[in-house]
Amino acid sequence: MNTEAIKELLYKMADDLLIIGHRNSEWTGLGPILEEDIAFSSMAQDKIGQSLALFQLLHALGEQEPDTVAFMRNAKQFHNAHFLELPNGDYDFSLMRHFLFDTADQLRFEMLAHSSYEPLAKVARKIKGELKYHVFHGNTFITKLGAATEESHARMQSALNEAWNYALGMFEEGPFEKELNEAGTFEGEEVLKKRWQEAISPILIKATLIIPHQNTWEPKLGGRKGYHTEHLQPLVEEMSEVFRVDPSAEW
Amino acid sequence: MIKSLDPRIAREQISEDNTIEPLTPMDNWETYEVFHQKKRGDQHMHVGIVHAPNPEMAMIFGMDQYGRRGITANIWVVKTSNVFCTEYEDQDMFATIPEKQYREAGGYKVMDKINKYKKANGTMVVRKEA
Repeated sequence: MNTEAIKELLYKMADDLLIIGHRNSEWTGLGPILEEDIAFSSMAQDKIGQSLALFQLLHALGEQEPDTVAFMRNAKQFHNAHFLELPNGDYDFSLMRHFLFDTADQLRFEMLAHSSYEPLAKVARKIKGELKYHVFHGNTFITKLGAATEESHARMQSALNEAWNYALGMFEEGPFEKELNEAGTFEGEEVLKKRWQEAISPILIKATLIIPHQNTWEPKLGGRKGYHTEHLQPLVEEMSEVFRVDPSAEW
Repeated sequence: MIKSLDPRIAREQISEDNTIEPLTPMDNWETYEVFHQKKRGDQHMHVGIVHAPNPEMAMIFGMDQYGRRGITANIWVVKTSNVFCTEYEDQDMFATIPEKQYREAGGYKVMDKINKYKKANGTMVVRKEA
């Protein structure tokens, strides 16, 4: 087992989930209607929980305690894609990001449910139902808003245009693609990206939304290597503000 | 600007004289009644309402608010306007007298226990609705 390769995979997944979980939780109390506020917040909570499960696997591989890893690093030490750290913007962008990321996340965990790295396969099987609800929620919103009124359609289309290159950045390849694939741990980002495109296309068609033309595609890369936008550091500071007051406190 | 300890509010830079537009009735979506079934075979129980513009979104909200927070087998949502009900002023139509206790369906209360016993002893399970 190539521990370094597995750690790299776990870190990027855990950081994606922690950062999007935090971003989505910023909507708590400010959501468009009460019911959606509650649903979106509870999904944000699920994502933090999923990241915890992955940080625990990292801890078992010799990394520091989950809380320490989550709250004591600075932006440069995070491996999340740029997409997840972008500010929430309006609800249209947050929903579009939720739809694009969660579909990828569900497919990633689906692939990992058969991973030769059994602890990760076990996590993947455990959270299957949660992810199914998240994708169901995303799909419903996107299809309804995409095809509702002229305004909602225009807003969802512009959110998709804005999100697209960042979404492609989620599939940035790491240094261990070959090792992970050969060991049966994870088939790789290319395979995942292909499945993701196949999964989102029918939903976007139903929503009458159009994926930007292929010759404009320019994935936003660097996040996996610790290069981030200016938005991540303030997020990390806000997220860890209370923890850092007294890192040894018992909660 | 409105000052708040909540950084999310502070970021919004909301001015003090920000007027709040009162809602008009059409600003609210209609309501759906939510029914929750704890385990397969149980009756669905009415648990509350959600606001939604269509049945699909009522289902999403009903699932999260009433389903994902406990043991759930199944959720129903029904548009409130599709529920027909009696008037409270007609409540006297349900009046009964102590002598008519034999008409009350009290026996059903033990049906769970009976079924459990029968299952444990390999006898056929009686359906609750029977």
